[in-house]
Amino acid sequence: MALQTIMVNGREVSVDVDPGTPLLWVLREELRMTGTKYGCGIAACGACTVHVAGVATRSCVLPVSLVGKRPIVTIEAMASDPIGRVVQEAWVATDVVQCGYCQSGQIMTAVALLRNTPRPTDAQIEQSMGGNICRCGTYVRIRQAIKQAAQQVRR
Amino acid sequence: MRTPMLTRRAFVRISSAAAGGVLLSLYFDAPMGAQQPNAPTFPPQAFVHVRPDGTIVIQVNRLEFGQGVQTALPMILADEMDADWSKVVAELAPTADVYKDPLYGLQMTGGSISIPHSFQQYRELGAKARAILVAEAAARWRTTPDRCRTANSVVYGPGGESAQYGQLADDAARRPVPDGVRLKDATEFQLIGKRVRRLDSRPKCDGSQRFGLDLDLPGMQIALLARPAVFGGRVKTFDDRDARALQGVRDVFEIPLVHGTAVAVVADRFWTAKRARDRVKIEWDLTGLERPDSSQLWIQYGRLTRTPGSVAVSRGDNAAIERALPANRIVAEYEFPYLAHMAMEPLNTTVRFDGDRAEAWIPSQAQTMDQAAIAEVLGLKSDEVAFHTEYAGGGFGRRTPLDSHVPREAAAIAKRLRGIPVKLVWTREDDVRGGYYRPMFAHRVEMVIGADGMPAASRHVIVGQSWIVGSGPPWEAALVKNGVDELATEGTADTRYVIPDFHVSAHHPKVNVPVLQWRSVGYTHNAFVMETLVDELATRAKMDPITYRLTLLRTDAKKLRSALTLLQDKIAAWRQNLPRNHAVGVACSEYHDTGVACATEVSIENGRPRIHRVLLTADVGRAVNPLGVESQMQGGVVFGLSQLVAKGAITLKDGAVEQRNFDGCRPPYMHDAPATIDVHLVPSTEAPTACGEPPVPVISPAVVNALFRLTGKRYRTLPLA
Repeated sequence: MALQTIMVNGREVSVDVDPGTPLLWVLREELRMTGTKYGCGIAACGACTVHVAGVATRSCVLPVSLVGKRPIVTIEAMASDPIGRVVQEAWVATDVVQCGYCQSGQIMTAVALLRNTPRPTDAQIEQSMGGNICRCGTYVRIRQAIKQAAQQVRR
Repeated sequence: MRTPMLTRRAFVRISSAAAGGVLLSLYFDAPMGAQQPNAPTFPPQAFVHVRPDGTIVIQVNRLEFGQGVQTALPMILADEMDADWSKVVAELAPTADVYKDPLYGLQMTGGSISIPHSFQQYRELGAKARAILVAEAAARWRTTPDRCRTANSVVYGPGGESAQYGQLADDAARRPVPDGVRLKDATEFQLIGKRVRRLDSRPKCDGSQRFGLDLDLPGMQIALLARPAVFGGRVKTFDDRDARALQGVRDVFEIPLVHGTAVAVVADRFWTAKRARDRVKIEWDLTGLERPDSSQLWIQYGRLTRTPGSVAVSRGDNAAIERALPANRIVAEYEFPYLAHMAMEPLNTTVRFDGDRAEAWIPSQAQTMDQAAIAEVLGLKSDEVAFHTEYAGGGFGRRTPLDSHVPREAAAIAKRLRGIPVKLVWTREDDVRGGYYRPMFAHRVEMVIGADGMPAASRHVIVGQSWIVGSGPPWEAALVKNGVDELATEGTADTRYVIPDFHVSAHHPKVNVPVLQWRSVGYTHNAFVMETLVDELATRAKMDPITYRLTLLRTDAKKLRSALTLLQDKIAAWRQNLPRNHAVGVACSEYHDTGVACATEVSIENGRPRIHRVLLTADVGRAVNPLGVESQMQGGVVFGLSQLVAKGAITLKDGAVEQRNFDGCRPPYMHDAPATIDVHLVPSTEAPTACGEPPVPVISPAVVNALFRLTGKRYRTLPLA
């Protein structure tokens, strides 16, 4: 066990955990922020996606000790993020979700995409979202929602 | 999912044979201790609560796991109640007799039955709730209910009076519930038939929706299980010293599994439990266990397809096949692998055992059975187990095995840690390697083509495990006839195509791999076989594949005819601007009284099919929420592609599953799925039918039928190499 200090959603927090603990479990169990989901533990499904210094990152394979000073942003902060809010609204308007378990990760990935690429092509959407599994198969509506959000972001 | 419960067909058969009495006794005899059948009447007070502020809380008697019942059932009730939709809040109901399925007498979610079975029930509940509110208002205004009208959560009186439902509710709830209520005429519907957005979108988009895995209770511990690599293996000895040395590890002990035993590792955190599990050294006893091997199984299954099995259907001349000229005969052999469900939320169950009672939190598709299983392990009665249905991150059939094995495991752990809530978590590896798969199947079909290009005779042998055969009543009694499991042959044995000499038989070998239903069950493989063969026949007959199907279908296959006819209409424009090197494939299937037809445009990229778009038509009767139905159809198409994607299968070697996680067993990702899936529903005023499963079977045959047009090859081994 060792004290780890990280910046999550603009707040500095210290947790006493094994340094190898993945960021995902620090968020879920130490900080009780369960919006970030466990899906596979091997960075193969994207359910655990958070932003680390603005980059969409799989938190299930990132040891907390390697986060350092890079700020972490999670789904819980998306409502107060200008692009995050637009993406969430597009998701609701398009009625994207089914079971919803993967959608935190989908939204975090989509927000990172739109931040870097405000006008993504179909191919860019597919490339950015390509590592996020939705077992309910909402991919068609995810594409639609990203396009709708992109129009809002541009305004 | 097709459930292990009595299917509707079985239900009708049994109840008509014995005037309903047998059905009830079947439940009493249920081996898992299923409880009393449901109450004959449904008090609206148990389903709808109007708060003084006008908020209307509606209880949903099903699990919400993506399919949208948490929106559709309240829509039905609110419509008849004339409730203000913006004030409606949905809750997943606790366990109680009143929340059991009105036909099955079990609280459960599966077989795509939620709307078909509860449409009438929720309409009546809404109408009754409205009736007592109106009665209360009428009493206050000294008038009669028939002189009042309602709209948007307000009762209006004949003299210009008005009262909000919230102002009437407390007194109204004490009024007697009328037996007979008038239901709306369809023209009066305000919500039913409208495209209504889900009630649960927002919490699922901002991270606030809690699923079973997110449960957090004071003092809660996390349990993981170290399981045998071969199903049924037993712990011989284990050394837990290194595991216990980790700070936060609470206990390490052996528990019984439904198949074999395992070592449970309990810690205060998931990551601690995971690390501790990796440190436990276990010696397993695998003596006497069969160690299945996929390549060996294919040889065994292939051999079995060449011998007649137990007869499922035998219609017409059985020797017609032998007399046919080779030129008029097709012989087709198919292989379908084990498939894992891999719902995004890994399996989990939380249980706290307090000695004389217990509490359980489960994202459960089978509450009545799971509750009884936990009670049995803990030596309690079902009603001594308080049961909370948690939101589930998908299911696809995986959360309703007959043996309730996950709740049993959790109960066995909680039993030892009395008074402490324990959350058992299956890691993704546990899920992928843990069995309960869609069974492997091999089919061999010999088909004779008549002079008119239509099939004249067919001899069809199906080989695959059954989880119903040998399970005892009631499932075996309802679903197994002459040694044939209906869930293995459905989609072939009940084909809507006219084939005069038609013979289907089945073998159900025993294999040491637990198996289970997987969204659309027998149709996953049977529809693939039938729809690829029919397509082959259409090609030989030089006929349009839709026209051919319409010609071959029985005249009474109305739902399929309507879906196909709509497809024919919608596809015309599509076919005209088909890019070069693209081809269209078609398939259709009727499952649970819902007809689905589908066309897909496919090309080949890097040696793999690239699915550009899908056009899907469906006859679901009256669509309660067309927006939600469309979601199910689109999602079902993507789920169906699980059968085709490379590395999508589960294989075994020397008794152990070869895949570990999503890297080895891939579900469809975005690039595997079509960019557009256009859904068109057949306008209908008939009773609503299934939506969750019917779209799944059509996509994989439609894709390979398109591939044939590009490559000239028939694809009969899945997944595609």
